[in-house]
Amino acid sequence: MKILVCISNVPDTTTKIKFVDNNTKFDTNGIQWIINPWDELALTRALQLKEESSGAIEKITVINVGLIDSEPTIRKALAIGADDAIRINAEPLDAYSVAAQMAEVIKKDPYDIIMAGIESSDYNGSLVGGMLAEFLDIPSVSSVSSLNIDGGNVELSREISGGKEILETKVPFLAIVQKGIAIDPRIPSMRGIMMARKKPLNVSEPIEVDSLTEYSVYELPKPKAKCKMVDPENVKELIDLLHNEAKII
Amino acid sequence: MNFEFTEEQLMIQQAARDYAQRELIKDVIERDTKAEFPTEHVKNLTELGFMGMVVDTKYNGGGMDTISYVLALEEISKVDSSLGVIISVNNSLVCYGIEEFGTEEQKEKYLKPLASGEKLGAFLLSEPEAGSDATHQRTTAEEKDDHYLLNGTKNWTTNAKCASTYLVIAQTHPEKKHRGINAFLVDKDSSGISLGPHENKMGMRSSDTHSVMFTDVKVPKENRIGEDGFGFKFAMKTLDAGRIGIASQALGIASGAMERSIQYSKERKAFGTEIANHQIIAFKLSDMAVKVENARNLCLKSAWLKDNNQPYGLMSAMAKQYAADIAMEVTTEAVQIHGGYGYVKEYHVERLMREAKLTQIYEGTSEIQKIVISRALLRD
Repeated sequence: MKILVCISNVPDTTTKIKFVDNNTKFDTNGIQWIINPWDELALTRALQLKEESSGAIEKITVINVGLIDSEPTIRKALAIGADDAIRINAEPLDAYSVAAQMAEVIKKDPYDIIMAGIESSDYNGSLVGGMLAEFLDIPSVSSVSSLNIDGGNVELSREISGGKEILETKVPFLAIVQKGIAIDPRIPSMRGIMMARKKPLNVSEPIEVDSLTEYSVYELPKPKAKCKMVDPENVKELIDLLHNEAKII
Repeated sequence: MNFEFTEEQLMIQQAARDYAQRELIKDVIERDTKAEFPTEHVKNLTELGFMGMVVDTKYNGGGMDTISYVLALEEISKVDSSLGVIISVNNSLVCYGIEEFGTEEQKEKYLKPLASGEKLGAFLLSEPEAGSDATHQRTTAEEKDDHYLLNGTKNWTTNAKCASTYLVIAQTHPEKKHRGINAFLVDKDSSGISLGPHENKMGMRSSDTHSVMFTDVKVPKENRIGEDGFGFKFAMKTLDAGRIGIASQALGIASGAMERSIQYSKERKAFGTEIANHQIIAFKLSDMAVKVENARNLCLKSAWLKDNNQPYGLMSAMAKQYAADIAMEVTTEAVQIHGGYGYVKEYHVERLMREAKLTQIYEGTSEIQKIVISRALLRD
């Protein structure tokens, strides 16, 4: 059995976001890049499944659509424990193009289980997993918070409104995973870090895919309003502020 | 000149940061209060490869460079410098000493389990009456037919209880003074070794410090490191390397206190604004940043020299003295910035201040470092 984990190269979650070119482009200057946190949890679970499988899962591969500057992030995935990696040498323009690029590669060398994070922490589109499953014509399960393999059967659970849904499926399928799939992402060991450069990182040339998205403008959220402290005795001032300043009463 | 780190170095820094900020932070205050050895964390850090990270892979080490070691120790010590010293003693005193000066047989038997973290090591030099003046060793190693007989007491031994392997410095030929000193690999479970009580320390409370008594302890002759009389030189050379570890630990204590001070001063309000907006606080932060950056550069330069097989003893003495002294200054200011909150345990900086003090004392006091530095400057 082979597992493929889709990984996005995203800005560190503590990054201060800025835009350039009349707010039409994200300013990547000085950004520290990381594995998308949901993808990192997916990878952690995939590695656990391999370790628990007594050899039934023979390989964990990671795949990324990105230019050469995403390789440090891919190598981090290899250091954490992925066996090999595929980088599709294209700029990730939007969810459609990323899914189409990956589908092209996966069709030639199919996997039993494909895992993708529920969204990427930069654009939060939540689209790639579902689109990829459609391109590959395999079932997909979204919002997966646990995944266990018992022989040929796979048991999945999903968080749903007011409870949990347990599903069974057979391979091949695609799991769109969310928080809970693993508790913490795995920290790479020294040995893993040393091995990362020795593991195969195969670069695949992209196909022609049109981007279906045009970015008009980005807007930063309004800065949080400053908190004003009002003496509990001074109800008149509170009402005055709510009426004239906050304009909510 | 290139100040850029490699991808691997950054990955190691991040791994150490992740472990420290995610795991060590959870129970560091409790372990400090109870003076509890971090058994579980040592096990986890062993699995990640930190306990022998700079030892060659052929001896089961991590095969990392000294730059990576500085980056890792800074991150660990930002949160818990007791773990910093456990890692430092094992890596840069014990493992380094054996790897650099031991025989292949000694490396096979002692270095491999130490580098893999299967066992821990301790370095026994200080004595009740020989601290900074390491030439006056009272512990004796009397030469017999096929062994040495160790007698005496060692003080302030880090990892004393949990270590399996001791590197012991002892006097074999008192008439030759420091030229009669030898270094020995001693199994801790040898007959005749006993430990004093756990030292109730001011800081680094979860590291395991005891005095160790030797009474007619038999040490096989093949456990001596180097030629007869090499022990003092061995100790000094090993301490040159050890200083990089302690300097990095002090750097971590200082940068940890600085990061906490920056965060606190952006949140805490006084006189109608965040205290960071008061110039007196902003300037304190500025002074901290300059000191931390200088200390970091000295640590990294020492590491670079060592990695490039150039003499580094002078630079590591500078790094150790400077980083330890500024750790004391920065942590004291950090407590001041935090005010009353800084004086209670929940805010961590009082602990960092207690920990900083030890970095000025052990593995060569700041005063001894000044002797090392000035002698190098005045040497013909």
